[in-house]
Amino acid sequence: MSNQSRVNRKRRSLVIASACAGGASALATAVPFAASMLPSERAVALGAPVEAEIGQLNPGEKMTVEWRGQPVWILHRTKEMLEEIERTDGKVADPKSERKKGELTPEYARNEYRSIKPEYLVVVGICSHLGCSPQDKFKPGPEAFESQWTGGFYCPCHGSLFDLAGRVYKNKPAPDNLKVPPYTYLSDTRILIGEDKKRA
Amino acid sequence: MAAAEKQAVTGAGPFNGLLTWIDQRFPLMQTWRSHLSEYYAPKNFNFWYYFGSLALFVLVIQIVTGIFLTMNYKPDAAQAFASVEYIMREVPWGWWIRYMHSTGASFFFICVYLHMFRAMLYGSYRNPRELLWIFGMLIFLCLMAEAFFGYLLPWGQMSYWGAQVIVNLFDAIPVIGPDLAIWIRGDFVVSDATLNRFFAYHVIAVPLALLALVVAHLLALHEVGSSNPDGVEIKNVKDPKTGRPLDGIPFHPYYTVKDTFGVVVFLVVFSMVVFFAPDAGGYFLEHNNFIPADPLKTPAHIAPVWYFTPYYSILRATTDEFVLWVLAPGVVAFALLLIWSMKKSATRIAVGVIAIVLLAGLLSLDAKVWGVVLMATSVMIFFFLPWLDRSPVRSIRYKGPITKTALSLFVIVFFVLGYLGTESVTEGRTLAAQVGTAVYFLFFFLMPWYSKMDKCLPEPERVTSK
Ligand code: HEM
Ligand code: FES
Repeated sequence: MSNQSRVNRKRRSLVIASACAGGASALATAVPFAASMLPSERAVALGAPVEAEIGQLNPGEKMTVEWRGQPVWILHRTKEMLEEIERTDGKVADPKSERKKGELTPEYARNEYRSIKPEYLVVVGICSHLGCSPQDKFKPGPEAFESQWTGGFYCPCHGSLFDLAGRVYKNKPAPDNLKVPPYTYLSDTRILIGEDKKRA
Repeated sequence: MAAAEKQAVTGAGPFNGLLTWIDQRFPLMQTWRSHLSEYYAPKNFNFWYYFGSLALFVLVIQIVTGIFLTMNYKPDAAQAFASVEYIMREVPWGWWIRYMHSTGASFFFICVYLHMFRAMLYGSYRNPRELLWIFGMLIFLCLMAEAFFGYLLPWGQMSYWGAQVIVNLFDAIPVIGPDLAIWIRGDFVVSDATLNRFFAYHVIAVPLALLALVVAHLLALHEVGSSNPDGVEIKNVKDPKTGRPLDGIPFHPYYTVKDTFGVVVFLVVFSMVVFFAPDAGGYFLEHNNFIPADPLKTPAHIAPVWYFTPYYSILRATTDEFVLWVLAPGVVAFALLLIWSMKKSATRIAVGVIAIVLLAGLLSLDAKVWGVVLMATSVMIFFFLPWLDRSPVRSIRYKGPITKTALSLFVIVFFVLGYLGTESVTEGRTLAAQVGTAVYFLFFFLMPWYSKMDKCLPEPERVTSK
C-alpha cells in the first residue's frame, strides 16, 4: 500500500504542517523556562551604589568594599607608587586605557593613574581573565612571576599581573585592565561607588 | 503472543510458577537471555575490562549516597556550608555518606579514564562501535558537568572560585558570552541563585541524562557486541551448528562473576580511601574548600580537582605568545598538510578558506578566547577518534612503533599536564604546559597520517589467550 507512488499528498502535507506547528509550540514553551533563569527582579535591584569612608586609609594601604557582590578596592598610593606606574608604561598592554573605554574606564579615570585623584585608585578587584580576585603584591623587587617586579597585583589563578593602576601586563592570560567602577567623591574623605556625578 | 503460548519457565525451583506468570506478561526470560545468559562476550577480556562495570557500580554509589546527602543538605548560600558541616559532625554516619560521595566522584573519574584508555589501547571505538564511543563521550561530558555542579554545593572557597572561573569561560565567547554567563549564573556574580540552580542540575537534571545515556551506551554495546584486547571480531568465527561465536562465553555466569570480583577489590581500595584518606592529600577534597566561600577574596592557590587539571593546564598555557608562535604556525602547517593530502580541489579550497579565517581570528581575538577554545577542543577531540585512527588494525598489540610511541607520549603528557594544573604558574611551568599542549594536540591531529603509515603486524584470525 504505502509505496512511494501512492503517497497521499494531502495527508502528507497535513502531517508536515502539524509537525511544524507542534515543533514551534514546543520551542515556544522553552522560552519561559529559559527566561526564568535570567537574574530575578530582586537580583537586578541589588546593584545599588555604596559609600566608602577613606579618611582612615594611610598611604600604601588598601581597603575593600563590596559592590554588587564584587570586591572594590580603594588603594591609597604613595608618591613612590605613582612613580612606579609611570615606569611600567612599557610593560603593560594598554597603558592609555583605550580598550573598551566606556566599559572599563570611565572618562574621568582615563589618565596615567586611572583615577580621579592620583593618590586614590578605585578598581573592581576582579581579574579580567576569568574573574578571580588578584592578590596585593605592592613591594617592588624580584618575584617568582616577574624578575623585575615594580609592585602591583598578582592573580593566583592563571598568573596575570596588574600594575598599581590596575593595568594588565603584556602576554598574560588576562586581556584587559581592571575595571574602574563609576564613582565620585562626596567629600574629601567619602567616595560613592556605583554612581558618578553625571547620573546622580 | 497470547500468554499461554509462551513456554513455562523451568530451572528456578520454587519460583518457576511466579517467573512463568511474570514472563507471560513481560519479556523477562527474553531480556535475561539476550543480555546475560546468552549474550556472548569474548573469552579474552583482561584487567582493562573491569572498569565499565565498576563505573556502573560507582554510579550506583553516587546516586544512593547523593539521595541521603540531599536529606540534610541545604541549597542556600547562607546555609550550605554549615549544612555540610552538620552532615559531617552531627548526622549519624553523615561523615561516611559524604566521604563515600566525595571519594566516589574521584573514583568515578578514575574508572572512566581507565575505561576510555582501554578503548584507546584496543581500538574499541572503531567501526562498528563509533556510536557506542559517542554515547560514552556524552556520558563523560555529563560526568564532568555533574562533578562541576556538585563541587559548588558545599559552598567552600574552592567551590565558589572554581565556579567563578568556569562560568567565566563562557564569558569569553564573542558577542553572546557576557549575557550567556549571566544567564548561567542567574545573577551578575556567583550567588545564591547560582547555587540553587546548580543543585537542581546536580541532583536531578544531569543524573537523569546520565542514566539515559548509560542505557543507550549498553544497548549500543549489546547490539554490536564487545571488542577485546586483540581487536578482532568474535562474530566472524561461529560454531556452524549452534551459530555461537567460538571465542565467546556467556556473560552470565562468566563475566558476572569476574565483575563481582572486580567490585570486591574495588571496595577494598575505595574503603581505604574513604576511611583513612578521604581528602587524598588535597587531591580529592581540596583544603581550601574547608573554608566558607568568600566572594571578596580568592584563595592564594586555586586549582580544580585533579580530574579537570589536564584541560585546565591547556587553558593556562594559551598565552598571546603561544597563540602567535605555536597556534598560528600550527594552523598554517596543518592546512598545508591537509591540502597536500586532499584530492578534490573543492575540499582543498575549503580547507584554505577555513585556515585563513582561523588565522585572522587567532591574530585578532584575545588569547583568552583561544584558551577556552583549546580547552574545549582538548575534550571534544576524543569524539573524533573513530575517524582519526586509520590504522589497518585495531589493537595496540598489532600496531606499529609510531603509534605505540605516540600513545605513550600522550599518556605522559596527559599526566604532566594534569600535574601542572594542580600547581601555581611559574614561567618554567607555563613553558612545560605549552610543550605538553602542543604534544597533546599533535597526537590527535597527526593520527590520520601516522596511524596509516605505521608498520603493523597482521591481526590473528581468532582471539589469543594464555
Ligand atoms: C553521578 C555522579 C555524581 C558525581 C560525579 C557527583 C559529584 C559530587 C561532588 C564532586 C560533590 C562535592 C563533594 C564535596 O565537596 O563534598 C557532590 C556533592 C553533592 N552531591 Fe553529588 N555527584 C553525583 C551524583 C549525585 C546524585 C545522584 C545526587 C542526589 C540524588 C547528589 C547529591 C549531592 C549533594 C546533596 C551534594 C552536596 C553535599 C556535599 O558537598 O557533601 N550527587 N557531588
Ligand atoms: S582569573 Fe586572573 S589570571 Fe585567570
